[in-house]
Amino acid sequence: MNSKYGKVFARSVLGAAALFAVAGAAQAQEVLKIGLLASLEGPFAAPGQDSMRGADLALKERNGMAGGKKIEFVKVSSDATPDKAVNATRKAVEQDKVQIMIGPLSGDEGIAVKNYAKTQPNITFVNGSSGAQAATLTDPAPNFYRFNTEGAQWMVGLGEHALAKGYKKVYLIAEDYGFPYSQVQGFMASYCAKGGKVLDKAWVPLGTKDYASVIAKIPKDIDALVVVLGGSDAVNFLTQYEQAGGDKPMIGGSITVDQTVLNFKGKRRESLLGTASAGPMADSIDTPEWKKFVADYKANFKDGFPSPSLFAYLYYINTKATLDALDAVKGDLSGGQKAYREALQKTNFKGPAGDVKIDANRNGVGTTYITEVTKAADGSFYNKVVKSVPNISQTLGLSDAEFKKMGLGTRDVPDCRK
Amino acid sequence: MSAARWRRAMNSSAAAATTTRSVHGTAVVHPLRPNRAADTSPPAQGEAPRWLRAIVRPIRWHHVVVAALVLLYPFVATPFFTFQIGAQSLALGLIALSLTFLGGYGGMVSLAQMTIAGLAAYLLAIFGTSSNAAISLGWPWWLALAAALTIATLVAAAIGWLSVRTEGIYTIMITLAVGVAFFYLAQQNYTLFNGFQGFSKIAAPTVFDLDLREPTAFYFLALACAVTAYFFVKHLIRAPFGVALQGIRDNPRRMQALGYAVTAHRVGAYAVAGLLAGVGGVLMVWYNGRISPGTVGTGAMINILIIAVLGGMKHPIGAFIGAVVFVLLQNFAIDLVDRERFNLVIGGVFLAIVLFSPDGLLGLWQQLRARLSGRVTQPRHRPHSSTKNRSET
Repeated sequence: MNSKYGKVFARSVLGAAALFAVAGAAQAQEVLKIGLLASLEGPFAAPGQDSMRGADLALKERNGMAGGKKIEFVKVSSDATPDKAVNATRKAVEQDKVQIMIGPLSGDEGIAVKNYAKTQPNITFVNGSSGAQAATLTDPAPNFYRFNTEGAQWMVGLGEHALAKGYKKVYLIAEDYGFPYSQVQGFMASYCAKGGKVLDKAWVPLGTKDYASVIAKIPKDIDALVVVLGGSDAVNFLTQYEQAGGDKPMIGGSITVDQTVLNFKGKRRESLLGTASAGPMADSIDTPEWKKFVADYKANFKDGFPSPSLFAYLYYINTKATLDALDAVKGDLSGGQKAYREALQKTNFKGPAGDVKIDANRNGVGTTYITEVTKAADGSFYNKVVKSVPNISQTLGLSDAEFKKMGLGTRDVPDCRK
Repeated sequence: MSAARWRRAMNSSAAAATTTRSVHGTAVVHPLRPNRAADTSPPAQGEAPRWLRAIVRPIRWHHVVVAALVLLYPFVATPFFTFQIGAQSLALGLIALSLTFLGGYGGMVSLAQMTIAGLAAYLLAIFGTSSNAAISLGWPWWLALAAALTIATLVAAAIGWLSVRTEGIYTIMITLAVGVAFFYLAQQNYTLFNGFQGFSKIAAPTVFDLDLREPTAFYFLALACAVTAYFFVKHLIRAPFGVALQGIRDNPRRMQALGYAVTAHRVGAYAVAGLLAGVGGVLMVWYNGRISPGTVGTGAMINILIIAVLGGMKHPIGAFIGAVVFVLLQNFAIDLVDRERFNLVIGGVFLAIVLFSPDGLLGLWQQLRARLSGRVTQPRHRPHSSTKNRSET
């Protein structure tokens, strides 16, 4: 019973310590704190680490300074659940008193952080790598900025590419949550409008290991499979499809045929050649900006991946936009950050993989790269860029009215089965 | 616990209030405490009526100090500390309290307490209002709340009914299975639970112009629920039901021979714990403003067990102490060490506490106090004597 003292004592000591910490930080004027949220635990721990590398790289490029002030990252972590993301963001904003917040990593986290942003009108929130359509399309927060494009935009142009390859009838296998919904919508919006047909859709739960029942249902008369799975789900499906004797060509989502999947062993690997996919970046972009970005990444992070991941790239451009705008206003965040937000809105720079700018909803308008799996001279597989589609907006090349009529991507939107 | 003590406890069930103090191991010889014998004398003229004295009697000065501190806390702490540390600890502590009650006093460690809490949260979203207008029925909040808590309690009783026939590790296994099954149901069912995305925009209501979403108001709501639940549990473990439950925990066969309905008592305990967990779940969903399958996943289920064990299952307050430590660690461990290694601190602290004090922080505190005061108060004994005694059945 007396142990209640223990609880209260510990609480008050910690409270007092925290107050001192805040007071101490307030005295050092020249340091500007920016919160940085990524998933350092849970299923996205490895991408989360790479995200932090991307953000660190953007800061390192300018020697840790922006707008005449020294920038200090206050790093916080989530486990890819929205609850944890909001808790971590709240800690950075209310406890560590950051004035700008960068993050989070995954889609549903982004929506939750956007909702939290509305309760903190004096803080500016910049997205990390989350790509849920709804974060900026439905009920957007005026202080939430996203310089990257999202899941649906990443697939625009792939539909036409599939038709050009002669795939008129496809069968869809995708994970059953928000990000694949967006990806599938981005693919179908143009694919179905131009005469393609999706005979049926198999929505499988995230983390499915046994695809036997899905593979058994694949119709004989299709031209190709659309596979929007990620990580181990993709490897499991490809292996089992190979063992079941499947031989249809494939179209992949933005995270389906990345390096981890391309390097798996098996006969099926050969048949991956020619698989088309699309995304906001590709390993083999042939521009000096991209090559410099990769070289800088490799030079700075010896423990990093062989080449920056999607997450490192997205955190990099979001962080760079945040810091560029700080330079533009010379570090002035007064007046409810009004001038700073105007500068953010005007941000327009040439990023490693194309121009970075935002629309009126504060969402990125950018380039999508259509790639195909190709064999390199040394026998390894990589994604070769076959086409780049610039200036893709969140309405996927449709007019606002047309897009509104279609609505956000879900299991049945767009339908495309008829 | 010796059979003689149990017989004593059972024989004097009318005087349970006094006897069981020594039974559940919280009686502490206190210098400031007035002699118990004096209390039994009839009230003198002009003194407070009996009922009032009955309420006031168990209150001691440290209760007053703690009450003052938790009441003043939101006025000195920042909104962050009030809401994220204070209110979240109280909500999690309430769910852990339901496990402490089940495990510490009923000898049944259920991993499904977070599932019950999550179910109540889901039901609140389904009956009340949320972002998903197609599923939410939009009932007024009080009706949705009542329905959610009722169904959560019934489901808890059903889970109890399913698992009371098992003991020890098998109870853990069966409740784990129920919890994991619910997680996958919530993740894959779209007609009722809205799958992976769940529900958002579930806000605490505004009652009499008081917006319960405000940090201080929400803190006091959570505090009121937690304090009520705490005293409810404290009362229950001294009431005949609670004493019988502790008897069943230590020797079900003997209790059955004495004529107690063992299964009914256990199911009843599950129902009571389900109600507590349900209230905690409602607080949790109002705190987060949203619910999705991740909230009721295996990790979350085990977190509740960690909280209960961390604080100590000897006493209901352990759940709240554990929750405070847990929430503080979750929030501030990242500031202590390398960003990518902070889970090591959390795990290390848990390991250290469990290693050095099997009774959690409460046990640690009692050891410390005994050492500081230099006198032997009372030999430590555990209310959850559990498997060792159970094996004789």
